[in-house]
Amino acid sequence: MGKTLVEKIWDAHVVKRQEGFPDILYIDTHLIHEVTSPQAFDGLRKRNLPVFRPNQTVATADHNVPTIDQHLPIKEELSRYQVDMLSKNTSEFGVELYGLGHPFQGIVHVIGPELGITLPGKTMVCGDSHTSTHGAFGAIAFGIGTSQVEQVFATQCLLQQAPKTMKIEVNGTLQPGVGAKDIILYIIAKISAAGGTGYFIEYAGSAIRALSMEARMTICNMSIEMGARGGLIAPDDITFDYIKGREFAPKDQKWDESLAYWKTLYSDEDATFDSVLEFAAEDIEPMVTYGTNPGMGMGVTEHIPATEAQPESERPSYKKALNYMGFEDDQPLLGRPIDYVFIGSCTNSRIEDLREVANFVRGKQKAEQVEVWIVPGSKQVEAQAKAEGIDKVLEAAGFILREPGCSACLGMNEDKIPAGKYCISTSNRNFEGRQGPNARTLLASPLTAAAAAITGKITDVREFLGSEESIEFIQ
Amino acid sequence: MKKFETLNSSVVPLPIENIDTDQIIPARFLKATTREGFGDNLFRDWRFDGDNQPKADFVMNDATYAGKILVAGKNFGCGSSREHAAWAIQDYGFDVVISSFFADIFKGNALNNGVLPIQVTEEFLEKIFASTFKNPESKLVVDLEAQTVTIQDTNESFTFEINPYKKSCLINGYDDIDYILSHRSEIEEFEKTRPYSYV
Ligand code: SF4
Repeated sequence: MGKTLVEKIWDAHVVKRQEGFPDILYIDTHLIHEVTSPQAFDGLRKRNLPVFRPNQTVATADHNVPTIDQHLPIKEELSRYQVDMLSKNTSEFGVELYGLGHPFQGIVHVIGPELGITLPGKTMVCGDSHTSTHGAFGAIAFGIGTSQVEQVFATQCLLQQAPKTMKIEVNGTLQPGVGAKDIILYIIAKISAAGGTGYFIEYAGSAIRALSMEARMTICNMSIEMGARGGLIAPDDITFDYIKGREFAPKDQKWDESLAYWKTLYSDEDATFDSVLEFAAEDIEPMVTYGTNPGMGMGVTEHIPATEAQPESERPSYKKALNYMGFEDDQPLLGRPIDYVFIGSCTNSRIEDLREVANFVRGKQKAEQVEVWIVPGSKQVEAQAKAEGIDKVLEAAGFILREPGCSACLGMNEDKIPAGKYCISTSNRNFEGRQGPNARTLLASPLTAAAAAITGKITDVREFLGSEESIEFIQ
Repeated sequence: MKKFETLNSSVVPLPIENIDTDQIIPARFLKATTREGFGDNLFRDWRFDGDNQPKADFVMNDATYAGKILVAGKNFGCGSSREHAAWAIQDYGFDVVISSFFADIFKGNALNNGVLPIQVTEEFLEKIFASTFKNPESKLVVDLEAQTVTIQDTNESFTFEINPYKKSCLINGYDDIDYILSHRSEIEEFEKTRPYSYV
């Protein structure tokens, strides 16, 4: 019988499989950052162990870093301490660090792909749940806890039970103005924030195949928001073209060998999944969330579902979420004023996202009362944006391009949304307090966020599609 | 982790059902940043009164009963998932806890910390209590290899279940990292067989 892509990659990494035991799974690449690594390094010291494969470990500082004046010392004490610890630990254990000031620094899930570290067929882990992003290349990538970070440091392996597999097919053609972020918010809204629990998800179908690599990363990034262990997409020519020539990508003969192997990475025709779901691309509208988990999303023209329509056991928490957001049953969101716009995070901070935003705002002006933060995912994205003049376009429209980091995605640095304020955010979590104590987050695509920045309100970006300056870039 | 060897010990009987982790280690002791020292506060509010004086009527303050085996009523370790409960039991000096039912998370936490939870039938549990109350020095023999627990006085035996991986960890004194490292040569062999080097 055939194998699914997940099974192919998983089985190729099993060092030892024994009845009644979890698999010993080999990890090709371990990404680390300043927040979840210090206790793991400490654990190694206590055991008197080195990092087993330091050259398969890559570090960056992202969660705590400021997004303006990065060349100055970090003001916030705990942030500075964690970033300093990372420098100290990585130099002591011989791990490469792309820290502040390094041209490769950036959000861990942005730099892996852009440096050619993320490759098809790999197993990759990081002490961060959005490690699923790397699955876009046809890799098995998932987030782990700090004690597992220590495990991978010490052994380059993890003890893991093989996951269940789910296939999600999206077929057809997207409407204009609808993108990858809308696809994934739509899927999560359909199957709920727990709908993928226990599964590794393979995204397939013609609408997925038509997406660019960066769009595929946006999809895989949010797999975790439906409870899945990870998500991935079989590699194809779009994948190979993206990887070719990147800093650490295989070269010459190694490239040819790699390519031959990568071309075997797909789910066999007769492979069986534990679960299969199908969606039609045409049904998807620009999406926006109205509640406090990513499953509480709707088309931007829809009304907030009534509490009565929820299963009885879920009504109290549903009501609580709407209260937190200051929303009511049956309310439309279109036209509602917002206070902040955040364009960034490992979901949507890549060069294509910035290009899309710049093209949209070109010749327009930011709404006066709205505060807008545009945060590139990495130093390389920032440099590319400047090379393309994107920073100038943004400036002319009243925005500024900040410096790279996680920023307002989780508000660990100074970029926090004030209590009670509404923020349209291109990040991945709208949990209570995620962007700052009592901040209210509405997740959306970069285009929807950019449209809100211009109008100061929740806007259906499709209203702009007739106008000339925007038509060329919205495919 | 230390190796689990065949244990021959008298028991501390606690014939109470539904002992939750808040009783095992009250929440106010969770602030510590290391894993050591929790044994002092095991069953804190049952062991000591408001003036921190030992309560004479609690079994752990009764010199008649001592040993490395805690025997408790049904549904031991329910409530909050705090791993501190397992640390407290281990730090106090118990190697084995016997009950007729364990809360799942407690069971996992205990095994990860080198404490063996043994689930027996209600009937066998009653027999252990009976023999201990009759003769507090009566011993139990726990043979992990054979997966048996035996009441020495009566020679009655019970065969218990355990996950094979966890069993091997306890017998060899491994935690997860030790276990993986014990396969180091296989890992190195595996690295040589990769389709091509990703490094
Ligand atoms: S951008 Fe947000 S979700 Fe992504 S790694 Fe940083 S904190 Fe996590």
